[in-house]
Amino acid sequence: MTNSSELKVKKIMNGTVIDHIPSGRALDILKMVKITGREGNVVLIAMNVESRKLGRKDIIKIENRYLLKDELNLIALIAPNATINIVKNYDVIEKVKVELPEKFEGILKCQNPSCITNYERESLSSKFLVEDKVKLTLRCFYCDRLMLISDILKQLT
Amino acid sequence: MFNLHGKDVVSILDFNRELIEDVFNAAYIMEKYARGVGLNLLKGKIMATLFFEPSTRTRLSFESAMYRLGGSVIGFTSAEASSVAKGETLSDTIKTVENYCDCIVLRHPAEGAAKLAAELANVPVINAGSGAQEHPTQALLDIYTIKRELGRVDGLEIGIVGDLKYGRTVHSLVYALSLFNVNLSFVSPPGLRLRDEIEEDLRRKGIEFKYYEDIEKIIPNLDVIYVVRIQKERFPDPAEYLRVKGSYKITSSLISKAKSNCIILHPLPRVDEISLDVDSRPQAKYFIQTYYGLCMRMGLLSMILANKEDLKQLFYSSK
Repeated sequence: MTNSSELKVKKIMNGTVIDHIPSGRALDILKMVKITGREGNVVLIAMNVESRKLGRKDIIKIENRYLLKDELNLIALIAPNATINIVKNYDVIEKVKVELPEKFEGILKCQNPSCITNYERESLSSKFLVEDKVKLTLRCFYCDRLMLISDILKQLT
Repeated sequence: MFNLHGKDVVSILDFNRELIEDVFNAAYIMEKYARGVGLNLLKGKIMATLFFEPSTRTRLSFESAMYRLGGSVIGFTSAEASSVAKGETLSDTIKTVENYCDCIVLRHPAEGAAKLAAELANVPVINAGSGAQEHPTQALLDIYTIKRELGRVDGLEIGIVGDLKYGRTVHSLVYALSLFNVNLSFVSPPGLRLRDEIEEDLRRKGIEFKYYEDIEKIIPNLDVIYVVRIQKERFPDPAEYLRVKGSYKITSSLISKAKSNCIILHPLPRVDEISLDVDSRPQAKYFIQTYYGLCMRMGLLSMILANKEDLKQLFYSSK
């Protein structure tokens, strides 16, 4: 079933719909998953549309592009209530809610220059534990330094 | 008594109150053996001290503790004296050295170095200082000194003075004290206050604390004055260091305003933050603190490495 806000942007034939994005965050999400528009796929963005759950929300529809697990984890960081719809032949064949994982490995860089993960020769992957699911704060597993949502956005967008 | 057997000591956050009290009990038993003939509790065991940064007290007291317990010591005292100077990584060093010893005591400039070493090594790793992050065994010996000198820890007014931002001993001490019922006051220049994550942790634990810029205001109330030097080597910007250098000093005249039975502690080395004339004051306890450090490290090493039966026998015979 489609609701009225989804009808504001046309349906896609095959691809992914990211719904329930907090309003104003759609462009950040596109940057995070490295969709620039230059890939040639149709990308539809609706911002600040009405939402029963969120009041206002953003929606992204991307044709011929499916998201990887790491990308879903990243989306969860700034859109913890987002739903991902997989579309085939105009039908939603799968609907998943993003879920904030307990830890992030290798995606983000610790901001502490003295952290062992920033010693190039060690070739060590970063590891962050989710410290606060509401404020969206991460803590470096190795050096304990906190990473706030503003720091995460700066790094990923 | 056996809660640390075969375990790493990476962060003071891995300790609860009960475990800290267990270490204190072991340290107390070791006081009898810390000066004199010692014990054979760790005979045949080898401890490797890997010090990538300078140290006097931590390294020597760990080594002395191991010898007093009948064990042996191998290691190096600077990165230049090891294959790290040839480009070897910490990971490769740990994976090599673990084959030569029963435990590793590591000091490294990187924050998280001890955690990485503990992940890699099959023998226990003891963090002897990880950059500006933590120095858990220093916190244990600091609180053991308080307990031995004042008879208790709960209910005390504790003032921590100095570089709270880069002082690793402060970070571990604050976390350890959060397990006790104490009142904490912090005295530091505004730019050297506690890091956000530590403040956040204290608030979450419901620990109350206050900041002061001038120690004179609070010194008459304090039972413990814990002083740390400004950690010159950790400042990313030398200009920032010059701005705060010499911004606080504990002098004999200042101590005249303190309680007669308060104690002054310092993890040492000191630079100029405690003037030399304070040393003769009865409140100055920073040298006896180094002795308690030896006893605490003997207790800790025996809890981690000793044969359980031997340890049990020693503990019961000491009661």
